[in-house]
Amino acid sequence: MSIRDTFFQECEDLLAALVDGLAELESSGQDSEIVNAVFRAVHSIKGGAGAFGLDDVVSFAHAFETVLDRVREGDLAVDGKLLRVFHKSSDQLTDLVEAARDETAIETTARDSVLKDLETYLGDQVEEEEFSFDALTLDVPPALEIPAEDSASRGVYEILFRPHAALFSNGHEPSLVFECLSQMGDLTVELQDISIPDFELLDDSGLQLAWRLELTTFDSETVLHDAFEFVEGLCDLEIRPLTRPTDPLPTIASEVPTPQPTPSSDKPQTKSEKEPKAPKATLRVDLDRVDRLINTVGELIINQAMIAQRIEELDLPGTSQVLNELEDYKLLARDIQEGVMAIRAQPVKPLFQRMSRIVREAGEATGKPAKLLTTGEGTEVDKTVIERLADPLTHMIRNAVDHGLEKTDTRIAAGKPEEGTIRLTAAHRSGNVILEVSDDGGGLNREKILQTALDKGLVAPDVELTEPEIDNLLFLPGFSTAKEVSNLSGRGVGMDVVRNAVAALGGRISITSDPGQGTTFTIVLPLTLAVMDGFVISVADQTMVVPISSIIETIHPIRRNIHTIGQNGRLLALRNRYVPIVDVAENLGLKSLNRLDDQIFLLVSSVSHGTCALAVDAIHDQRQVVVKSLKTSCGSITGISAATILGNGKIALILDTEEIARTGASASELAHEKLTQMEPALVDAN
Amino acid sequence: MALKVLAIDDSRTIRELLRVAIENVGFEYECAVDGVDGVGKFSQVGPDVVITDINMPNLDGFGVIDELRNGTAKTTVPIIVLTTESSSDLKMRARDAGATGWMVKPFDDDALVSVLRRVTGYQA
Repeated sequence: MSIRDTFFQECEDLLAALVDGLAELESSGQDSEIVNAVFRAVHSIKGGAGAFGLDDVVSFAHAFETVLDRVREGDLAVDGKLLRVFHKSSDQLTDLVEAARDETAIETTARDSVLKDLETYLGDQVEEEEFSFDALTLDVPPALEIPAEDSASRGVYEILFRPHAALFSNGHEPSLVFECLSQMGDLTVELQDISIPDFELLDDSGLQLAWRLELTTFDSETVLHDAFEFVEGLCDLEIRPLTRPTDPLPTIASEVPTPQPTPSSDKPQTKSEKEPKAPKATLRVDLDRVDRLINTVGELIINQAMIAQRIEELDLPGTSQVLNELEDYKLLARDIQEGVMAIRAQPVKPLFQRMSRIVREAGEATGKPAKLLTTGEGTEVDKTVIERLADPLTHMIRNAVDHGLEKTDTRIAAGKPEEGTIRLTAAHRSGNVILEVSDDGGGLNREKILQTALDKGLVAPDVELTEPEIDNLLFLPGFSTAKEVSNLSGRGVGMDVVRNAVAALGGRISITSDPGQGTTFTIVLPLTLAVMDGFVISVADQTMVVPISSIIETIHPIRRNIHTIGQNGRLLALRNRYVPIVDVAENLGLKSLNRLDDQIFLLVSSVSHGTCALAVDAIHDQRQVVVKSLKTSCGSITGISAATILGNGKIALILDTEEIARTGASASELAHEKLTQMEPALVDAN
Repeated sequence: MALKVLAIDDSRTIRELLRVAIENVGFEYECAVDGVDGVGKFSQVGPDVVITDINMPNLDGFGVIDELRNGTAKTTVPIIVLTTESSSDLKMRARDAGATGWMVKPFDDDALVSVLRRVTGYQA
């Protein structure tokens, strides 16, 4: 990793700390430690950006930091207005850093508008001089070859130098100063005042010595002073020219720039009185290494399943020591697996932080003031899941502001606060991650939704739908209630895209709405993508796995609960409603066994267009399986999401319940062909 | 023996930039992530010269200098302040606190090394 990469990675952390600090500032008021932390974040970004010549970032961070410094110094009080400017500035800084990282052009209008906002807070501290990064001039000029016959053009200086005690305690050494001078020309050093007191009177706190130096050099008096830059104020110093350089050589003069200290309004930080929070110790590890480890653990889980199977086949007595040891082995393997997965797990906080910006921007764009409340930011989710959630979540949040919240006057009329609230929560629940996006708007307009669906021909004209069914129409491809595609949540992306993204992560999404109270979207996701809990089932003599996350309940139905409609259609009567039955074998193009209806098992599954029951021949087991992608070896297969290796060493396909339910009874020949083509390849690969 | 440098800076980027500059010329490099860490590392490492940032969590640069000069260490090891600000006010404060010298960020590698050589008298 290059240092540049390190910088941008660090920027991410710093920007997160910045957003965090601003949020804390908002909730807990002006606390000096928080202000310091915010200041430091901006300051560090500026410092690093300077090293890479990222001038846009530097100049903006500088303006931001200057206003923050005024807050720190107590010259400015943080109010709602200033906080908004800070939020905007933090967003802008994020954009500038991203633009610098991706080497893309910046939006100068947006930046300049924020800069202008910041400038109104600079007060009379507006800097007289443009901020610049003049590197410190080195007082050690390049060693010059001085031809002896040119001595006439050199100047001779007399230097009187008497160090104070502080010079020594600051870590200086007179001899080092002389050393530096001697590199500038011919130097003679004379010790003066050799009036050293008697031994008993010696003061060991300082050296009572002074020197007289004579330097013959091409350098000017200014350069000479620079050599004493670090010790000035720590000694008595007199520099007198005995003879000036007669004709200073222009070439040399140009090699010796004069220092230009740039005054700045920034004051150094004072020591904080509050005990600062100690940062958590972390270790940065290459992601590839973690993924290799996860892969190996996957093999371990498979291996453990195989050993368990072999031992079972031995048919040992229940008291056998081996069985006990096996149990321990299983527990340990699971611990290792969970531990390794935890490495990939990251809190959703950075993701949530990004969303508060989305709410702000959406609120501004639509003229509906809105705030984001988040809970469960510490909830940890697999890194890949977090990355792939960013887009769908952004879309949902925009939707919530744009479509969910009512117009301000409607809100006031309804007795609601003018500012809308978007809630984003995350939690772990029974091995899943639950994410909820809710608004306190007017709720779904079901009449309008149904009408739109009818207009677009998405539902049959005579259909009778329950309220949840109407709500779920939102997830249909090609559905969009907004009459005009607004530039905000429109963008040609519908909720169906969100649903597909969630389904691709092995999760599902549902919606609930209370008229007048708001709408809530709930996303249920598996904790990790590498290992999942599944039902081991059999279908037409094939062993397969169904992800548990998509299953609501399993039923061994009695015959009178199964109703036949049409030629092949069957429905399951399930607690006052009817659920269509999808025959998995038929759907996959496998030969369906001739079996009676009461010999099947049904997996009731929640899918995008409602609920359906997957008919399988048997449910054998519920266990953790290691997910092995088939994409590279077999491409994408309808109805199959991946494969796994079972304890007996055989490969089992993992069903894509969403896809199977969608294609319903119309099992395609294609799937059949693909499946039959695929099997030998899988066996070979093993 | 190679010159031993202890750098104290809360920015990972700056620490890495310093590492490159310093290890390139064969000096030994150690670093600390904040003021408290820096003071702790000082006694462990026993550096020939210290480079410190000013704005840091857990004890800022002035605090570090004060602790090294007047705390248990009571050291006269050269301390270079590395700061983003080039204001003379800050330099004076650093000097009054006991700093030996200062460098402005972003720094030039050669300039940094020259300053290190100059305050330590290290030649190799």
